[in-house]
Amino acid sequence: MRTEPRTGAVRGAGTAAAAGRTVVLAAVLVPLVLVVSAASAQEAGGAAADKEGAGWQSWHANNDVADMASVQRGARNFVSYCLGCHSLKYERWSRLGTDLGVPAQLLQNDLLPPGDKATAYILTAMPADDAAVWFGKTPPDLSLVARARGRDYLYQYLKTFYVDPTRQTGANDLALPTTAMPDVLSELEGLKRAVFRDAVTPGEGGQATHTQVFDHFEPLAPGRISAAEFDGFVRDTVNFLDYVSEPTQTARRALGVWVVLFLLVFTWLAWLMKREYWKDVH
Amino acid sequence: MTVKTATGAPAPLPPEGSAAAKRGFWAWLNKRLPVDTFISTQMTEYYAPKNFNIWYYFGSIALVVLALQLLTGIFLTMFYKPGDLTAFDSVEYIMREVDYGWLIRYLHSTGASAFFVVVYLHMFRALLYGSYKAPRELLWLLGMLVYLALMAEAFMGYVLPWGNMSFWGAQVIVNLFGTIPGIGPELVLWIRGDYAIADATLNRFFSLHVAALPLALLLLVVLHLVALHEVGSNNPDGNEIEKKLGADGRPLDGIPFHPYYTVKDIAGIGVFFVLFALVVFFVPTLGGLFLEQANFEPANPVSTPLEIHPVWYFTPYYAILRAVPDQRIGALLLLLAVAAFLFLPWLDRSPVRSMRYRGWMSRTALALFTLSFLVLGFLGLQPAEGLYVVLARIFAVVYFAFFLLMPVYTWLDPVKPVPERVTYHAH
Repeated sequence: MRTEPRTGAVRGAGTAAAAGRTVVLAAVLVPLVLVVSAASAQEAGGAAADKEGAGWQSWHANNDVADMASVQRGARNFVSYCLGCHSLKYERWSRLGTDLGVPAQLLQNDLLPPGDKATAYILTAMPADDAAVWFGKTPPDLSLVARARGRDYLYQYLKTFYVDPTRQTGANDLALPTTAMPDVLSELEGLKRAVFRDAVTPGEGGQATHTQVFDHFEPLAPGRISAAEFDGFVRDTVNFLDYVSEPTQTARRALGVWVVLFLLVFTWLAWLMKREYWKDVH
Repeated sequence: MTVKTATGAPAPLPPEGSAAAKRGFWAWLNKRLPVDTFISTQMTEYYAPKNFNIWYYFGSIALVVLALQLLTGIFLTMFYKPGDLTAFDSVEYIMREVDYGWLIRYLHSTGASAFFVVVYLHMFRALLYGSYKAPRELLWLLGMLVYLALMAEAFMGYVLPWGNMSFWGAQVIVNLFGTIPGIGPELVLWIRGDYAIADATLNRFFSLHVAALPLALLLLVVLHLVALHEVGSNNPDGNEIEKKLGADGRPLDGIPFHPYYTVKDIAGIGVFFVLFALVVFFVPTLGGLFLEQANFEPANPVSTPLEIHPVWYFTPYYAILRAVPDQRIGALLLLLAVAAFLFLPWLDRSPVRSMRYRGWMSRTALALFTLSFLVLGFLGLQPAEGLYVVLARIFAVVYFAFFLLMPVYTWLDPVKPVPERVTYHAH
């Protein structure tokens, strides 16, 4: 596994649980602090001309589970940014290690929470009851989220967070409005504001309906990495969640090629045999 | 089995098929169990018309799929744990931690859908060539019972993974029984075993899915085959090969099922398995059609999926159910839509079996019916709103008109003379 830290290194053993807590706290606090400072900067910012974020509903994850380096980076991203709150209760650490080619020692030192065995399932250290109180709901298990919601949805969800001072977490999301999740990736991506425009639908009797329609994003504060790097970060993370949702999918496709080839040969031979027998039928 | 004489030269073999040809264990066995008799009456001496076309593969393919479902089902049962707290987890355990569990599960889930694909094509063949007409009424009825048992089997199997669509699909379908006047609410309670779809429901569905219904299915399939071999197969020309016998008393247009149709069916089954494997290994969910997205979330009584609909093979009937505003009438129409097939042998007044020799009326009716079945199947997967409801009503009318008007149009239909011999061109 590649371990060069690009965007937040894999945490060392012994600090994972503590770091998990820190991530949670930071996730809640950082946006709040930034919202305040960003709100003042907003005036001077000016509107982005290129309509950033428009058409987000047609964004595709375009991830490739066969790209092992990307899945590995996604695993690192997950451990650094998601595991603080979310579990993968159907995936064992050892399975992750085997499938992703992580050496046992590296798995033990860099990924496993202290005290956990490699055969343990990937569970968050955050108590579910506390989480329910802190966020209003327990953060969902993500083992199957890529299959239940779709990869594109995950990609859109992680890319359309925006600053919303009316929310308790200071953040909102286009793909899942009023999401309970704080914008934990804002330190990487930076902060952005959503600009809405008034859409008027003429109704019966001259009564028009006014709705707020998303127009574009405006950057408020830069993050630690560039927009392109953040896009890669999200794609890798979605790719990893895609892998976790069906760890056997690469093996499935690989085996499938041989099975179909065998069946084609078998069917061809069976057809030749049929033709031979049916020569008698006139 | 050659028998050596004292000089070491092989003894001349008795004539093929004679009792003396069988010696040793085989003869011993046949004196006690009619193995040879069974093979000859059901396979090597069972004469089938030689002009079977592509539509005639689906019966044997259905048999293979049934065997596949039984086999994979046995292995799934070894790891699946019925129970509202364990079912979903045990399916994921099979998918992730059981060796080749994912393969067994996908074979079973794809097999369920494949079963219906094959059975629908098999039924369409019967409509196309009038295979339900006398003397094959009972054969058709037994086939319909297989279809009904299969529907129950598939529905209960779909509930077992205990995903959110399993739960809400069960909710909708079980509640249909509640529309029965008088006993409805009590009946629903009795079926569920609880005041909601719950652990008790899941466990009884498991019992029915792995024991009662497979036994019923097997019995009905055997009866279906016995009835078939009693009356003989129909053929694309819809005439009787038994009416033209050769000097040896065998049908001139008939060939022994084995080896001719066994080798032919093996090739057909090969083609089927290629397509089947493409789904299993490359698109096991088939875009949410075979395995639905919402079913990757565990059953949740307080969170309804955006759209509740059954799996694709029930959606034609589901569209009919939703086309009517009154749920009671909708449920009644759903029941009639399924039951209507049972009356086909007596609704069809045509003197001719096969569409090849029927007139434009029967052909148009069948084409419209097939179209309505497909369109209703599509509509059942869509939300019940706007144009979709209007279309569902139009095609529900077309669907029932096919059955209700059948005595009229099959009687008026100008038919062509049916040849005495089957149409066959040797390749």
